[in-house]
Amino acid sequence: MYNYVEDGDSKTTAYVEHDQEKSDAFMARIEAGEKIEADDWMPADYRQALIKLISMHGISEIMGALPEKEWVPKAPTLRRKLGIMAKVQDEMGHGQLLLRVAEDLMKPYGKTRENLMEDLLNGDLKFHNVFHMPTKTWADAGMVGWLVDGAAIISQTNMLDASYGPYQRALQRICQEEVFHAQHGESIIMALAEGNQYQRDILQESLNRWWPSLLMFFGPASAETTGSSKQDIMIKYKIRKSTNEELRQAFLSKYMPRVFSLGLTVPDETIRYDEVEEKWIYKQPDWDEFKQIIRNNGPRSKERLRLREIAYENNRWVRQALATEPVNV
Amino acid sequence: MSQVVETAEHAKKDATYFLALKELLFQLADDDLLIAFRGSEWLGLAPHVEEDVAYSSITQNTMGHAVMYYNLLEELGIGTADLLAHDRKSEERRNGIYLEKRNGEGNYLDEPYYDWALAVVRNYFYEAFKKIKLEAVANGSYKPLANVARKVLMEHHYHLAHWKLWIKQLGSSSDEAKKRIQGRVKEAWEEFADVLELGKHANDIRSHNLVSIGEEEMKDRWIDEVRTVLVEIPDGSLGKKYGSGRNGDHTQDLEQAVNTLAEVYNSDKTAAW
Repeated sequence: MYNYVEDGDSKTTAYVEHDQEKSDAFMARIEAGEKIEADDWMPADYRQALIKLISMHGISEIMGALPEKEWVPKAPTLRRKLGIMAKVQDEMGHGQLLLRVAEDLMKPYGKTRENLMEDLLNGDLKFHNVFHMPTKTWADAGMVGWLVDGAAIISQTNMLDASYGPYQRALQRICQEEVFHAQHGESIIMALAEGNQYQRDILQESLNRWWPSLLMFFGPASAETTGSSKQDIMIKYKIRKSTNEELRQAFLSKYMPRVFSLGLTVPDETIRYDEVEEKWIYKQPDWDEFKQIIRNNGPRSKERLRLREIAYENNRWVRQALATEPVNV
Repeated sequence: MSQVVETAEHAKKDATYFLALKELLFQLADDDLLIAFRGSEWLGLAPHVEEDVAYSSITQNTMGHAVMYYNLLEELGIGTADLLAHDRKSEERRNGIYLEKRNGEGNYLDEPYYDWALAVVRNYFYEAFKKIKLEAVANGSYKPLANVARKVLMEHHYHLAHWKLWIKQLGSSSDEAKKRIQGRVKEAWEEFADVLELGKHANDIRSHNLVSIGEEEMKDRWIDEVRTVLVEIPDGSLGKKYGSGRNGDHTQDLEQAVNTLAEVYNSDKTAAW
């Protein structure tokens, strides 16, 4: 039995097999902890959830290079220049790895990387909320490495045993590299925290500014907050283990003691760990703002997309020249 | 003093040797710093993701090479590597002028209309030359530098191969690509000559055997190399339209580069970053 299914926002359609017997066998493999490979049969909602997750992850790595890249040429010492260059290069590498995984998944829909880039530019493919934010000082270069990558490690470690083999294997490498990134960020932060008044001031100002974005990083606690969430399907198919809120709690438990030990504060006087409830109590970020940000209405969304658009348009002649036959790409 | 010089202390004993060595090291360091800086502005804007990964890897290596040369200058007591990279006036800098040229119109943060044809031609021309110069240095008299040159040459092989492939591919593909590459080759032909030179201390650099061949031979070898790759060699001899970076002549583009690469450094020169 075949169903005709729509592929997300795109007009592309494809025949996808729906077969109860195969679905049951597939779920049995998932339950048994087996890894699904690119050529294996998979239900359409599994494939679509993976495409959405991995293409967003991959594109976010690439868009994520842009805020940090602002500081690459400006890094204050030769050692920092080398460190941040290596770090941002890794992020581009992660983007490449992930786009390759997404490309395999999209193949049955006849979609390619070009389509992903076009979806990004026309607003159909979202990128992570943190990468819509401005960077104002060198402290932001440290903050992105320390707490943004720190948050990424927590959210990606949650998927290190993901049921989709190609993604799970890519994540092993990505997480290992992210640990170096967090150390790189921490090293920048430590130098600022131990530095002069100006350095400590830009550090605190940076943390204040990034705080709401860091809380938003893990997404809303439930679908009611923003109207949609793929958490449930992700957990059902063993793509991820924990909920958004569990991840946010893990982040707070790991980083709040470090924040306080550096003599820093966060812009939330109510934040505390409740021993009875065994969880962090904190002021919710503005989830309406979150919705605006991920709809490309964040403070730097347009500028970052514009950079990608210029690169895309400006290099069109190169892509055409590299194609084996003249094609209009 | 043309025998092997083993250490910085030894090099400092002969004033003309020391001066020639210093000039040569600044050329090597400043060339790599500037081309790596221009490369770092390209980050995230390359024609495709794979190229972004490759180009940023090359850029990172090249910046690492600059650091090694600045460290050698630091050992000679000229100043800390960071100070030499960030805090020298334009006229003190010794990079070839073509290497400081902006990547295209716009700024890396805002409307960067960068030209990949310039990136390909510039990097290929520079890497082809870097090989020749480093081989001459690797066989030269200053042992600490010869050791660094040998190390750099191992990585450099892949850099040159990368850009050679690009220029060959684009030079034999669409009419537009050929035209763009040819246009940038012609432009480079008018500007590249000072990169190939050793500056006003060329005679001392050669007579002290800091390099095993002189600048004329370096230039001839470079022309032989690019002839094997270029579809069409421009008419006329190589020029240095904006003067000689080896002697401290520079353009506004260097000011922009230095102001950017030292922006945070300059925000507080006493701070530990």
